[in-house]
Amino acid sequence: MADRPEKPARGGHNKPALALHVPEPKFRPGDAVDFSHLEIPQAGLLARPDETAHPSQIGDFAHSLIRVLGDDNKAHGAWDPKLDPETLRAMLGHMALVRAFDERMFRGQRQGKTSFYMKCTGEEATSVAAAMALASDDMVFPSYRQQGILIVRGYPIVDMINQIYSNKADKLKGRQLPIMYSSREHSFFSISGNLATQCPQAVGWAMASAIKGDTRIAATWLGEGSTAEGDFHSACTFATVYNAPVILNVINNQWAISSFSGFAGAERTTFAARALGYGMAGLRVDGNDALAVYAAMQWAANRARANAGPTLIEHFTYRAEGHSTSDDPAGYRSAHEREEWPLGDPIMRLKRHLIELGEWDLERQAAMDLDCAERVKAATKEAEKNGILGHGMHHPFHTMFEDVFEELPWHLKEQAAQAIRERKVKWPGSLEE
Amino acid sequence: MSAAVKQQGAADAADTERRLNMIEAINEALDIMLARDPDVIVMGEDVGYFGGVFRCTAGLQEKHGKTRVFDTPISECGIIGVAVGMGAYGLRPVPEIQFADYIYPGLDQLISEAARLRYRSACDYIAPLTVRSPFGGGIFGGQTHSQSPEAIFTHVSGIKTVIPSTPHDAKGLLISAIEDNDPVIFFEPKRIYNGPFSGYYDKPVEPWKRHKDSAVPEGYYRIPLGKARIVREGEAMTVLAYGTMVHVAEAVCRAKGIDAEIIDLRTLVPLDIEAIEASVRKTGRCMIVHEATRTSGFGAELSALVTERCFFHLEAPVERVTGFDTPYPHSLEWAYFPGPVRIGEAIDKLLKD
Repeated sequence: MADRPEKPARGGHNKPALALHVPEPKFRPGDAVDFSHLEIPQAGLLARPDETAHPSQIGDFAHSLIRVLGDDNKAHGAWDPKLDPETLRAMLGHMALVRAFDERMFRGQRQGKTSFYMKCTGEEATSVAAAMALASDDMVFPSYRQQGILIVRGYPIVDMINQIYSNKADKLKGRQLPIMYSSREHSFFSISGNLATQCPQAVGWAMASAIKGDTRIAATWLGEGSTAEGDFHSACTFATVYNAPVILNVINNQWAISSFSGFAGAERTTFAARALGYGMAGLRVDGNDALAVYAAMQWAANRARANAGPTLIEHFTYRAEGHSTSDDPAGYRSAHEREEWPLGDPIMRLKRHLIELGEWDLERQAAMDLDCAERVKAATKEAEKNGILGHGMHHPFHTMFEDVFEELPWHLKEQAAQAIRERKVKWPGSLEE
Repeated sequence: MSAAVKQQGAADAADTERRLNMIEAINEALDIMLARDPDVIVMGEDVGYFGGVFRCTAGLQEKHGKTRVFDTPISECGIIGVAVGMGAYGLRPVPEIQFADYIYPGLDQLISEAARLRYRSACDYIAPLTVRSPFGGGIFGGQTHSQSPEAIFTHVSGIKTVIPSTPHDAKGLLISAIEDNDPVIFFEPKRIYNGPFSGYYDKPVEPWKRHKDSAVPEGYYRIPLGKARIVREGEAMTVLAYGTMVHVAEAVCRAKGIDAEIIDLRTLVPLDIEAIEASVRKTGRCMIVHEATRTSGFGAELSALVTERCFFHLEAPVERVTGFDTPYPHSLEWAYFPGPVRIGEAIDKLLKD
């Protein structure tokens, strides 16, 4: 793998020339894909350790893969969370709604209704099942692909679309890039476009909760690529130093835009193993197995609530679509990866499990899919009454200058007056203030 | 009439004999706020048991407990990052960055997160943190313990930048900063922690107790952010300064017998533009003094504002006296420092016609 220079930079000695290793993914566009090198243990094999176990006793969990749903569509082993059918159906319904929502919003961007969108196709379980394992008032610090949390917590999808359209009903006043939601009411932190910044913030929130003797815990999500950011390592240090009640979820979807996980260190070890150096519990879980995700999250939440410390969970999954509407993965990875991915699709797997249990059938599945599509369609129509991006129905002009500070200082008052003057020239017919 | 608060320290001096240096005044402000507000948290490298490398947090952990005042890992990114999260929870964190020169690893958390949180979340979340940090040179700290990076923060929308120059102001401004619901950078000029500084580095150090503004009232009081202080009224010229340079400029004007109006800005953002305009319109001449590097320094902003708003009152071009655009040199510290010679030259230039 080493990339050696053709001739050494300096002659005259007999030491071997040093060589730089630049990681390269196994498959590029057009390549046949073979994932047989991935170690996928059978579902149900792993024991479930006590939630207060010392990290040094459970180091193996950072290198293995917790799996519950087997190829036989049954739940196996000690990690089976044994959820009742109603909860399983709700989980399936949330994931189906997320997928339907993503489909429609992606299309909306292509139709020019907004500037940008990001799907989470194939990763729905890592936010939906994870959020369901938390209490609804546990604080979450998501990254940009956790729309499933808002769906689980009942945030109105029409408000999500208003935000995506940056229209006059956008609760964030048209200030944020689409999908950078925020909802204090749903204990959902404001999403940042700068990666991994949410990690130390989640730790700080958890520290505050512990300082105050509260019972709520915090959880954060980041991609495997951004574990390379200093913020992630600061978060791990603070989380363990203060034994903060926090869960750090690393969504290893294999790709950070066009850079494969090797550029974040995946050639050397797992992301869950990052926990071990900090003396933190680390779990590695099949991220396309909603039951395994739920179980791992529940374990970590119980651990945090028992003052037994933070947990890092690596969700091993696959980004089935492009990074965003601005990305075309055909330019850098093999299109066969998605179909060959050995852990399947999280929605299909849970659906088959419910059918196997006799609690679901294809008829109900078809009805549910139709219902999701109809709900999203209706919400989209509702949101479009408030405008789409670039068509004038945005928040009033003066809101541009509000909330920079709690009070408007003189220099922003002067600049606001300038903006109002400009408006009369740029848009003479405009009536709004 | 300017909105600036005139000689506030001097007025209080008559009421009390109590004299504090800047460190004691800052310590007292933190102590008062820890006692008044259970949501105030003080944290930073070495601030807990030990009480801080400059002693600003001495005794606070013992008095208020380990979960209110505590040491942190050596990670400025982590310190600011967890402070943002604590603010989102509802606490009012007061992190210390041991030297302003160390603040850069925390810049993403300050600039992209703390400063933008209120705006981007449409008031869902705020970041009411006060980041205290000693800044400035004159202590042979070399290039990593001497910098004045205030202009980095004044350039960022959503952050307030506050710099006291006396014990009296340090206490009242710090209390206001902690109570403020926006993120505040509170730079403490470490050269004057223990006494005002004339700029004549070879003269004996003056202790604070001989300075009128070391009279610090007991208990809680606030000095509003965004209000300058007129240190000395005068007619010949306006001097705009903050931190250590207030004292240096004052000493030089005194030594040269210049009837200058000296304005201690105290808050750079939001700036007390009324006080500046009123003074420059009166004197017709303006000198700006700061220790930070020159290019794109805060003096450039001040010079532009004075020129834009007071041009027809000016009788001479605005003068800027600053540090040089080099790293802060260790052995040549006093060659770098914008002291009496550089200030004197600017005064002469400003008054020559």
